[in-house]
Amino acid sequence: MKVGLFIPCYVDAFMPEIGVATLELLERLGVEVHYPLDQTCCGQPMANAGCHADAALVERQFLRCFEKFDCVVTPSSSCAHHVRERKNLHSNCLELSEFLHDVLKVREFPWARFAHRVGLHVACAGLRGLGLASTSEISGPRFSKPRALLERVRGVEFVEAARPDECCGFGGTFSVTEEPVSARMGYDKVNDHRAAGAQYIVTPDPSCMMHQRGCAERLGIDLKFIHLAQVLNGAPE
Amino acid sequence: MKRVDHAEASSHFIKATKHLEFHDKRLWDLRQKRDREAEAIPEWEELRAAASAIKEHTLSHLAEYLEQFERNAVANGMYVHWARDAAEHNQIVFSLLEKHAAKILVKSKSMLTEECEMRPFLETRGIEVVETDLGERIQQLDDEPPSHIVVPAVHKLRRDVAQVFSRTIGTDSKNTEVAYLAESQRKDTRPYYLKAGAGMTGANFAVAETGSFVVCTNEGNADLSANLPPLHIASIGIEKLIPRLSDLAVFVRMLSRSALGSPITQMTSHFRAPRPGAEMHVVLVDNGRAERLGMEGFWRSLKCIRCGACMNTCPVYRRSGGLSYGATYSGPIGVIIDPTFNLRKYSALPFASTLNGSCTNVCPVKIDIHDQIYRWRKVIAERGQLPMVKKEAMRMAGKVLSSPKLYRLAVKAAQAGLDYLPRSMIYNPLNAWGKQRELPSAPKQSFREWYLENR
Repeated sequence: MKVGLFIPCYVDAFMPEIGVATLELLERLGVEVHYPLDQTCCGQPMANAGCHADAALVERQFLRCFEKFDCVVTPSSSCAHHVRERKNLHSNCLELSEFLHDVLKVREFPWARFAHRVGLHVACAGLRGLGLASTSEISGPRFSKPRALLERVRGVEFVEAARPDECCGFGGTFSVTEEPVSARMGYDKVNDHRAAGAQYIVTPDPSCMMHQRGCAERLGIDLKFIHLAQVLNGAPE
Repeated sequence: MKRVDHAEASSHFIKATKHLEFHDKRLWDLRQKRDREAEAIPEWEELRAAASAIKEHTLSHLAEYLEQFERNAVANGMYVHWARDAAEHNQIVFSLLEKHAAKILVKSKSMLTEECEMRPFLETRGIEVVETDLGERIQQLDDEPPSHIVVPAVHKLRRDVAQVFSRTIGTDSKNTEVAYLAESQRKDTRPYYLKAGAGMTGANFAVAETGSFVVCTNEGNADLSANLPPLHIASIGIEKLIPRLSDLAVFVRMLSRSALGSPITQMTSHFRAPRPGAEMHVVLVDNGRAERLGMEGFWRSLKCIRCGACMNTCPVYRRSGGLSYGATYSGPIGVIIDPTFNLRKYSALPFASTLNGSCTNVCPVKIDIHDQIYRWRKVIAERGQLPMVKKEAMRMAGKVLSSPKLYRLAVKAAQAGLDYLPRSMIYNPLNAWGKQRELPSAPKQSFREWYLENR
């Protein structure tokens, strides 16, 4: 299977290890991964700020890189959500965990072991936008694709925060333009994780991770953060 | 008109830690109670779909239902008035009070009269207006607007209420017992019911087929306001219409469950006709609703039944408080309604959201709230209402991110900056991210660089 790998701008620049883990994991699972070298960003920051003309320029560049692929995979749910929801961008852009869960239907990660107390954080765009998991607002059967994957990693012990699917407050430009509320939400989130006894926060979304890690570090809370791709790829403990 | 600065206002709210923590906890508690009630009803999602469909049907046939309501209400013995805007509404109410020589108006909670700024209008004309809902009365005595559409004084602690009451109705400022405070307000308000020349209520629903309206409350104050004075005025927004009495079966099951997580309000009062010797007047108010109905992408906000569930669940609202929105309506529903009143003034509000979508999920009438927030941002940008800094930042970002070359240079520069600049230069007042958060550390190479080296 041939897929285009989209590594969002901020992951490329600040968290390359997430890109590496995603690529290695997909390769390990036999996927033919192509990484277009001229990719930049999907246009989400501008579009979320209301600046759709500015976003359109960026989206054109995205399309130049990815239109030839039937399927695009990315380790960021808000980017996947943006790409998929936008008219004429790429209707088959999948977030990594849904690609693994729904398309490849991977259920075994024999190479992975992660013996820690883990809090799982699914980004709102993944949760309520892409439907990666059931939400606390809607009654009905409970499910979580990222969790279903993570459950297959040996050693993982789940701990649940009191408000497992409350937004952590990143929100793109919101994190800067609404800094007071954004930071407070982040503080509340990492404190909630800590109170639940988590050692690691595992998340399929690097943007929430960057925000929460920044909050935890500033507060001096001993909480580690790691992307789901890294754990599934057998991150060294 | 000056733009409301939600971020600035929220920073003050957040500094008052005790208040913030109480506010967040109290509203989250309501949200959880709502979850339990919703889960206890297997057909909850079907109810939401039904409620949404009834409202969309009504709104797309609104003129017919309004006229049907008027015909039936008049046949029942009510008087029906039409108000194009807030000014007309206030004038109609004042004229009625004048005609009946009413100097005191007791009223139950109504967001519509807040929206019309009716109280100051009447007070400058010599009418004493007494709010009879406990929360609303606290806010009136403290000279503040309600901060929440269901629990108006939720941002106050007990000790704040004790202060307000001791200052205004002479309670013991040290006694912060809920029962004492509530009883004191009750005792203070009771005589007004008997003295008042007129009583006012809003309405949760107006039923076209019966020409009646329904008021859902928990304190009984609306019934006293409506039934003791010789004149009852009900101010009703035109979006409150529902076609049939049987439709209420859907809404009454959802309203209080969504609002407070209780199965039903203590009182669900149906008003159909004036009692002998009294008069009942309905003022049907547009005040921008007809225009909103014509707004593609935004008209569904008119489905709102004012339960406040979106506010209770909103992580931003819970941490910034209703007053930080500087508008009649706050929280998620507020940020999609307020810009219709004044785009410039409320242009920052749709950005007071992370687009997390929880509001949309709890809305009992399935308003696409977070999608509308997203759409408003586009309208605000297109109409030139973005702050210059943001507009320029996005223009630059668009330019850089659409060019692979410029993008790579920017990545290098950002990494170098994080690597070489001293901490004091990175964490400066202009770096909003770094005020309360650490920045990511600079990696040795970008993913792209790694890829070129390793694949």
